Amino acid sequence: MSVFLEQFPIVFQALNVGFLQTLKLFGVTLIGAIPLGLLISMGSMSKIKPISKAVKFIVWIVRGSPLMIQLLIIYYFPGLVFNNPVWGSGEGGRFIAACVAFVINYACYFSEIYRGGIQGVPKGQQEAGVVLGMSKSQIFFKVTLLQMIKRIVPPMSNEIITLVKDTSLARIIALQEIIWAGQAFMKGSQGISGQIWPLFFTAVYYLIFSGVLTMLFSKLEKKLSYFKV
Amino acid sequence: MSVLEVKNLEKSFNTAKVLKDISFEIEEGQVLSVIGSSGSGKTTLLRCITGLETADSGIISVGGTKVFDGERTTALTREEKRKNQLLTGLVFQNFNLFPQYNVLKNVTLAKELLLKDELKKCKASKEEKKQALEKINKEATELIASVGLSDKLEFYPCELSGGQQQRVAIARALMLSPEILCFDEPTSALDPEITGEVLNVISKLAKEGRTMLIVTHEMGFAKEVSDKVVFMDAGVIAEAGTPQEIFDNPQSERLKSFLSSTLRV
Repeated sequence: MSVFLEQFPIVFQALNVGFLQTLKLFGVTLIGAIPLGLLISMGSMSKIKPISKAVKFIVWIVRGSPLMIQLLIIYYFPGLVFNNPVWGSGEGGRFIAACVAFVINYACYFSEIYRGGIQGVPKGQQEAGVVLGMSKSQIFFKVTLLQMIKRIVPPMSNEIITLVKDTSLARIIALQEIIWAGQAFMKGSQGISGQIWPLFFTAVYYLIFSGVLTMLFSKLEKKLSYFKV
Repeated sequence: MSVLEVKNLEKSFNTAKVLKDISFEIEEGQVLSVIGSSGSGKTTLLRCITGLETADSGIISVGGTKVFDGERTTALTREEKRKNQLLTGLVFQNFNLFPQYNVLKNVTLAKELLLKDELKKCKASKEEKKQALEKINKEATELIASVGLSDKLEFYPCELSGGQQQRVAIARALMLSPEILCFDEPTSALDPEITGEVLNVISKLAKEGRTMLIVTHEMGFAKEVSDKVVFMDAGVIAEAGTPQEIFDNPQSERLKSFLSSTLRV
């Protein structure tokens, strides 16, 4: 027990550093994927057939293959094939590569959620806007947008909570996020080695973080519950 | 002067001709009802007049403005389209109120947006803007009172019955003072016992001299409220006349069988 008490502050410190990297990846992914997803959903709903076909093909590739493989390809491909390791070899490079992979992957998932939200708003809403002399952008911002947001909150919260845990996949390219930080104590780090409990302990971080997000999303849902769509 | 003039209107969806050579007029203050079985083209006709569909050929003019002209080679500009849109009002079968806004906001929204566009052009002061918005609210409150919903100003559509929602929809359409108010089967989505409250509002508007075009399945109502009735069948106007002519003295076999089948229920 006394050994554990000695180790705990060191482990706690290291896991916090790792978790910060996890949070950064999570944040950048959201900031990038939320707007990019909208662009992709517009593309997949485009009336120009070649565009919608191409976009749907990309979405199929991205959603149909493991995110872990995508991470590996994005990180190693430029260096191995073109002999041009664009990301560099340091932690900064790995972080950028991970962000690129996550943003693309999550944008594709988000795009399908958006599409459902946009297409789920009854056509009559838009028609009502048209007959009342509103412009296209007024109809989008004043009539359909909030209805669409209300529709997508539950699936988005689901996806975003999945993202919390998916960030751990970045471990595969040795991004120093929380799993990496926990694992370090198995091999040996800061005088602690052969310990697996730090790795198990990382789950507590994920649990707390997803718990906070769940609370925030249910608050948002409640806030939008004053009307029905 | 006729408020609405439809001349030789034609419309097809792919290969199906839905409207064939439709011509009729509505004078100011008149109520015209369109009856006919499902698929006869009534709703398409209404959607062409209100700008939700574009006809293939013919002419539609509202209040002297040609809102559709099959001969015209240049497309209408966005600005023209929006202006034309304000000439007609439409009340939908399933209300289409905006669920996220309360009754008052549903009625004022479109007018507020129009006002904002106008004020942007002439750079009005904050004070002027405030006054204009207050005027809109006052006008809307009066309209909502006229459809008997003064006590529901702050209610959201999901808190209202179908009949109440439809009355809000009528107030919303009236708010833009259209030259002609169109109804697309305004009571078809309502329980039979509450159609009355909506029909009463429409009758009241007829008495006030509103020009209206009503697509309806309520034969008794059409007979009572209309100045003119048009019977559509398979995309053509099969018969037109006064309510007495159409309901009491139908000429064509098609109208006779349509009336006997609707009156039997």
